[in-house]
Amino acid sequence: MSARAVDESFLALPLSALTDAALTRAVDLGCEHADIRVERIRTQTISLRDARPEASIDGEDLGLAVRVVHEGTWGFAAGVVLTAAEAVRLAEEAVAVAKVSAAINTDRVELAPEPVYPDAVFVSAYDVDPFDVPDTEKSGLLTDLSEQFLAADGVEHVQTRCMHVKEQKYYADTAGTRTRQQRIRISPEFTALTVDRATGSFESMRTLAPPVGRGWEYMTGTGWDWRAELAEIPELLREKTKAPSVEAGRHDLVVDPSNLWLTIHESIGHATELDRALGYEAAYAGTSFATVDKLGSLQYGSPAMNVTGDRTALHGLSTVGWDDEGVAGQQWDIVADGVLVGYQIDRNMARLRGLGRSNGCAFADSPGHVPVQRMANVSLRPDPAGPSTDDLVAGVEHGIYVVGDKSWSIDMQRYNFQFTGQRFYRIEGGRLAGQLRDVAYQATTTDFWGSMAVVGGPGTYVLGGAMNCGKAQPGQVAPVSHGCPVALFEGVNILNTVQEAGR
Amino acid sequence: MTRVTPQELVEKCLAASTADDQITFVVESSEANLRWAGNSLTTNGSMRSRRVVVISFVDGGAGMAAGTVTRTGTPDVAELVAASEQAARDAGPAEDAVPLISETPPGGGDWEAPAAETSIEVFARFAPDLGQAFGEARDRDELLYGFAEHGMATTFLGSSTGLRLRHDQPSGRVELNGKSPDFSRSVWAGVGTRDFSDVSVAGLAADVERKMGWSKRRVELPAGRYETLLPPSAVSDLMIYLYWTMEARDADEGRNVFARPGGGNRLGERLATLPLTLRGDPHAPGLETAPFQVVGASSGSASVFDNGMPSPAISWITDGTLTNLVRPRAWALRTTAPATAALDNLILEDPTATASLEEMLAATDRGLLLTTLWYIREVDPQTLLLTGLTRDGVFLVEGGEVTGAVNNFRFNESPVDLLGRTVQAGRTERTLPREWNDWFTRCAMPPLRVPDFNMSSVSPAS
Repeated sequence: MSARAVDESFLALPLSALTDAALTRAVDLGCEHADIRVERIRTQTISLRDARPEASIDGEDLGLAVRVVHEGTWGFAAGVVLTAAEAVRLAEEAVAVAKVSAAINTDRVELAPEPVYPDAVFVSAYDVDPFDVPDTEKSGLLTDLSEQFLAADGVEHVQTRCMHVKEQKYYADTAGTRTRQQRIRISPEFTALTVDRATGSFESMRTLAPPVGRGWEYMTGTGWDWRAELAEIPELLREKTKAPSVEAGRHDLVVDPSNLWLTIHESIGHATELDRALGYEAAYAGTSFATVDKLGSLQYGSPAMNVTGDRTALHGLSTVGWDDEGVAGQQWDIVADGVLVGYQIDRNMARLRGLGRSNGCAFADSPGHVPVQRMANVSLRPDPAGPSTDDLVAGVEHGIYVVGDKSWSIDMQRYNFQFTGQRFYRIEGGRLAGQLRDVAYQATTTDFWGSMAVVGGPGTYVLGGAMNCGKAQPGQVAPVSHGCPVALFEGVNILNTVQEAGR
Repeated sequence: MTRVTPQELVEKCLAASTADDQITFVVESSEANLRWAGNSLTTNGSMRSRRVVVISFVDGGAGMAAGTVTRTGTPDVAELVAASEQAARDAGPAEDAVPLISETPPGGGDWEAPAAETSIEVFARFAPDLGQAFGEARDRDELLYGFAEHGMATTFLGSSTGLRLRHDQPSGRVELNGKSPDFSRSVWAGVGTRDFSDVSVAGLAADVERKMGWSKRRVELPAGRYETLLPPSAVSDLMIYLYWTMEARDADEGRNVFARPGGGNRLGERLATLPLTLRGDPHAPGLETAPFQVVGASSGSASVFDNGMPSPAISWITDGTLTNLVRPRAWALRTTAPATAALDNLILEDPTATASLEEMLAATDRGLLLTTLWYIREVDPQTLLLTGLTRDGVFLVEGGEVTGAVNNFRFNESPVDLLGRTVQAGRTERTLPREWNDWFTRCAMPPLRVPDFNMSSVSPAS
């Protein structure tokens, strides 16, 4: 892994010439601040339907963007032609955009200070660059695994999808920071589907393997055992189709990390984004109940709740060396002993709110988009003395154990949420007593986290995550990881989804 | 600097092909946007891009295979074409292989003309009008949030079978969200547009002001089933999800809500009690969209082999009955059913409807009037049960008048079920979906009256 470096073909782009052209022009036009990003993002998606090729798409997005602060107003322009002349044109256009916008800007833009990093390099932790692996090898392995999955008893259809991304980013600003970064991530998933033609009912089950900041080695034995998981699912799916429908009402809920990561994402990750708390996302992604006046006093959850934000976790999807404003990756507390103590911020908000230094959460998903505050890897810390999953279940008399994420929805202030899962098990007398069907759990964020009675030990900790977190207008997609242990929540409202449908 | 034109780029890619067939399309796009919060600008931008998509088709003996490679900017043609041919050779035979389209579809456009373009100047009138709306909101002690975007995308599609097709697609949207300083009141107005010439900031601001007024009296209501008036925007978000689920292959394989118990699909089944028609039309006034298929990657509902296939007007639901599902040519051949193509617009209408939303409101004894729906996700594909939230205005209607604003709710509802339970539809009008407008802006929908909409729980959000 020590040999990892940013690809020469990216470094060979005319980065210095573009930087000189854009930043010189921006300064000449009177900008207080200017930065340029050059990005090359390679994405390959291979999808199979019933183990046969459905689509193979290999995309590359290469472009540059200039962002300026001109007389206290933002201006942003982006293009795809990597010449000094175009860099100059983009600097001029960014200033023109700032001038049109000045009429409707009342909040003067200033950036929190950050040390200058004149020659910064970061490469994420992976062994094998997926784009160095021949397509035949990749689709061959996916086909082999899918055929095996499809051959199992009761599996009528299999959907397979593997997306891998190589993101290369260059950033330079008028303060003198120059960063060069390369990150790799991969998101494979296999779904089995069974159909009962007589009744017209169907049921599916998806692999629990999370997307991660790793390379192709993730498919070949490092970090996940695909063959073992694919071998288990057909029987679990068969059991699910025969399982009884859940009885709606209040139940103790043991939530596996494969499900809890998404609840953390929606009810903590988004709720502690400062731009949401300040209303910048009010018309779109929404605001937050965790408003700035409650910093240091809001009882977010039980005293067992400790949540960190970080952009440094090994294999984390939001892990970087520096963010898209040249701020170094950091780790900090968001919830400590159940109390809200921190937000995710960028440089303008840090300055605006007098919070000192930015904690490095600016991100743009492509060279064509402006950086906005995006999510760090927001994770629930395990209890150093916490139980294993078996020990935790053993302490529950009646309850439900949920595994894997599926459907999710939460309101625009991050209060009311509803989640389903891949598998729900009945717990009776401290033991799993078969699966249940038609389950959803619904709660209000602070009630839910307040009901967290037991936090699992470090042995149960898993880094989950998503490739497709959406935010901002124009819409941007960001990858982010969330680590968590298993945990017990008492008296959670369980819905029966068939009853909800009025059947 | 002179750049190779998109048309030249298409021709160069086609000329460099050593595959059995090739389709290349270039999308030349430009975009400008403004975003604001708390009566002030937050972000903005002006972007230009070019995306080149090369799809090579290679028969290695076992059947035709396809490989797609896309690049932005002006890529090296030889490398790009070679990469797509290699991808096709590596992919293995495609299940959706059929001979490529060679007959030029109607509405193929002017190949020679340069790409259309937009710029930040599209807001030359809009931005000052917005500034004035900010001032007026400030005077009322209210805050405005929102987003305006205009994009122009010109697609040039060429094929080794002789197609040379071009389409200009303008897209625009404005969302205006009004709030009280403590965020306890929140309302919304939005509109889709092709060119901003028909956008009235004053009109949107007046709608916001009126709903802010309605919100002054706050009424707390519990979860339950309510008679509910869904305005066109809320209807569009539910119907778009239903439309995205209308895949013939999934239905035929028994794996979506349009599958029939015992096998086959539900085509011919009556879904709506009212004579509702759900349709797409590439020439619908104000909602114009491409009259032919442009597909970069195959899925159950589209095929790269169908590039250039005509996508004429089509009714998915006719007089309440399911009449069409989305069916690429390959699946059509396998099931001896007609090939159909999804369109980028959606219209729901009841030809017998005459009432406006105002008139429906006036005829309501007691019920809820919604504004928009949000965070819509699928809970159960079997029934297409969706969950989501009401957002930015749930109003209590009593005796034909709005008497206050109600708390928000989480709903659990299936749009298929809703069609069956809808008792009244109003006049269809152009609307902007709230939830899906990042992907879908061209909609015309009626307001609907549902006697028993399932508000599953209360959301404290505002």
